[in-house]
Amino acid sequence: MPENSPRDASDLVELFTTMVRIRSVENEIARLRSAGDVVGSVHLCSGQEAIYAGACAALNLPRDVVFPTYRGHGWTLACGVPPYAVLAELLGRRTGLNGGRGGSAYLTAPRWGMCGENSIVGAGAPIAAGAALAATFDGSGRVALAAFGDGALNQGAVHEAMNFAAVRALPVIFLVENNHWSELTPITSTVRDEKLFRRASAYGMPGARIDGNDPQGVQRAVARAADRARDGSGPVLIEAMTDRIVGHYIGDVQHYRAPGEMETILAAEPIGRLRRVLEAQDTTAAELDSIEQSIHHEVAEAAAHALADPLADPATVLEHVHA
Amino acid sequence: MPEQTLKKMSYAEAVNAALRRALETRPEVILFGEDVGVPGGVFGVTKGLHNRFGDRVFDTPISESAILGGAIGSAMFGMRPIAEIMWADFFLVALDQIVNQAANVRYVSRGEATAPITVRTQQGSGPGACAQHSQSLEALFAHIPGIRVCMPATHQDAYDLLLSAIWCDDPVIVIENRNLYHASKREIVIDGNVEPIGRSAVRRPGTDITVVTWGSMQFQALEAAEHLAEDGIDAEVIDARWIRPLDMDAVLRSIERTGRLAVVHEAHTIGGVGAEIVSAVVESGIALRAAPVRVGTPAVRIPAAPTLAEAVIPSVTEIADAIVKTCRS
Repeated sequence: MPENSPRDASDLVELFTTMVRIRSVENEIARLRSAGDVVGSVHLCSGQEAIYAGACAALNLPRDVVFPTYRGHGWTLACGVPPYAVLAELLGRRTGLNGGRGGSAYLTAPRWGMCGENSIVGAGAPIAAGAALAATFDGSGRVALAAFGDGALNQGAVHEAMNFAAVRALPVIFLVENNHWSELTPITSTVRDEKLFRRASAYGMPGARIDGNDPQGVQRAVARAADRARDGSGPVLIEAMTDRIVGHYIGDVQHYRAPGEMETILAAEPIGRLRRVLEAQDTTAAELDSIEQSIHHEVAEAAAHALADPLADPATVLEHVHA
Repeated sequence: MPEQTLKKMSYAEAVNAALRRALETRPEVILFGEDVGVPGGVFGVTKGLHNRFGDRVFDTPISESAILGGAIGSAMFGMRPIAEIMWADFFLVALDQIVNQAANVRYVSRGEATAPITVRTQQGSGPGACAQHSQSLEALFAHIPGIRVCMPATHQDAYDLLLSAIWCDDPVIVIENRNLYHASKREIVIDGNVEPIGRSAVRRPGTDITVVTWGSMQFQALEAAEHLAEDGIDAEVIDARWIRPLDMDAVLRSIERTGRLAVVHEAHTIGGVGAEIVSAVVESGIALRAAPVRVGTPAVRIPAAPTLAEAVIPSVTEIADAIVKTCRS
């Protein structure tokens, strides 16, 4: 029996809860950004929640570890980091996850298995390979998951990491969140072959394209890849197809979207879709409403609490540069 | 106090001995890079280590990002990786992993995650070097908070500084010099204490001027100092060794006595570590008896032809002239 076999259908509610929590925190962040309480560039992941919920459900965190990019609030929350710690960090509070050193784009929570967002979108891939390399020596059974968008696949570091991981059979999962947009440019205009998973064969590893809006499908694929990696069979490239229901950053007017594109995307977005699946099974609309309301309440409370916290302390700014 | 042994060896063998000791005493040490495993390194520095330590010493693809990222990721999970970047110039294809990644791990996580990596490389101009195999890049690395940088030039330092780097809990770049690898054999102490990082060394005590230098250029500086001694100028030569952290206390103490400063290095003077030292001395408020001087390579690419390279890399004569000018002004 594989170590991380998909859980039974009742856990769909758990996946739903995680996805709603991510969406709710993202909406709260958008509100705080508009109000000016959060400053700077913020990249939301709304629409892509099924990937984070599914993948983290398949991993054994924090023994297993994830290395996301700057669009990583969802990964952080799916790893179990409380919304309060994330919100306080974005608000520049001393109670924030990283005491104000990380902000939106560099959330880092090693205790939760979340090894740091990255603005250099391909840079986490070789570092994840390094975490996997350590596993080949320490007997931990650790699997490292490097997550990045479709655009990052065109970075040299990703190529180097995939080749290095493949030749050393390192326990790494390379997970592409293909939302079709590399920031503001469609992936189709920057690659000749838009089936990105096919690059895996060049490195001698398996590659697969999956439905990234189906959390259970993601969970199954990541669990299979993790079992394979732990067995010593090396890395896997998973291309999870999804869509951003937001712009590249808060304030992006998305002039590049085709008319009607967003309507199609919203009709297929994963939370509404999972809600329909659950309703078709045994969960009532009232139960799902209650979950949503309770999470919205939890997140609003967390935001209020974080807003009331003291700002990050300038007296500590020089700490932790060196040992 | 560990038992000390005296052994006669080359600079390259001293590096090898330090690597061997680290691999023997710390099971979390791993060593990798291009050609460092089975071939034993293009300069023979890592010879025999793969045979002795098996897969803890291995060859990598020609992939500097993967080498450095692999070091960072494994260091975050308890390993003590020693990565080799074959030529300092090759760092530039993977600078992201040092500047944006390794240097950031401890800071952003407030020490919850750390990346105690050691990266060995070598640099400097030598006979037959070419534009992408001859640059002196220490200032580039030293500019980055979170990174430690040292440049061992003596056989003993090749051994000692590398061990200090491996034992250090921060990312450290150790810049060796390939012209020194097989130039001579010297008796060195091995198995001694691992020294803390950041100390300079006085290579020649003197009273008239403080010459701060590092890397292989100190041998030219010392030669110049010996010539000048015959002319009645007694130069103190300090080997900075650690470019970051720089041992400015030792430099300032020396200048308080000599009142004169010359900085001598192989790197370009523009934007360099020499400028940093001169600035720190000026900022210290210690009154100098003459304007400080920097001797380094002018702002030009390093040419291939030996006559052209010799025309720009500081020579013993050029160093001596600069010191004389400072002392007689």
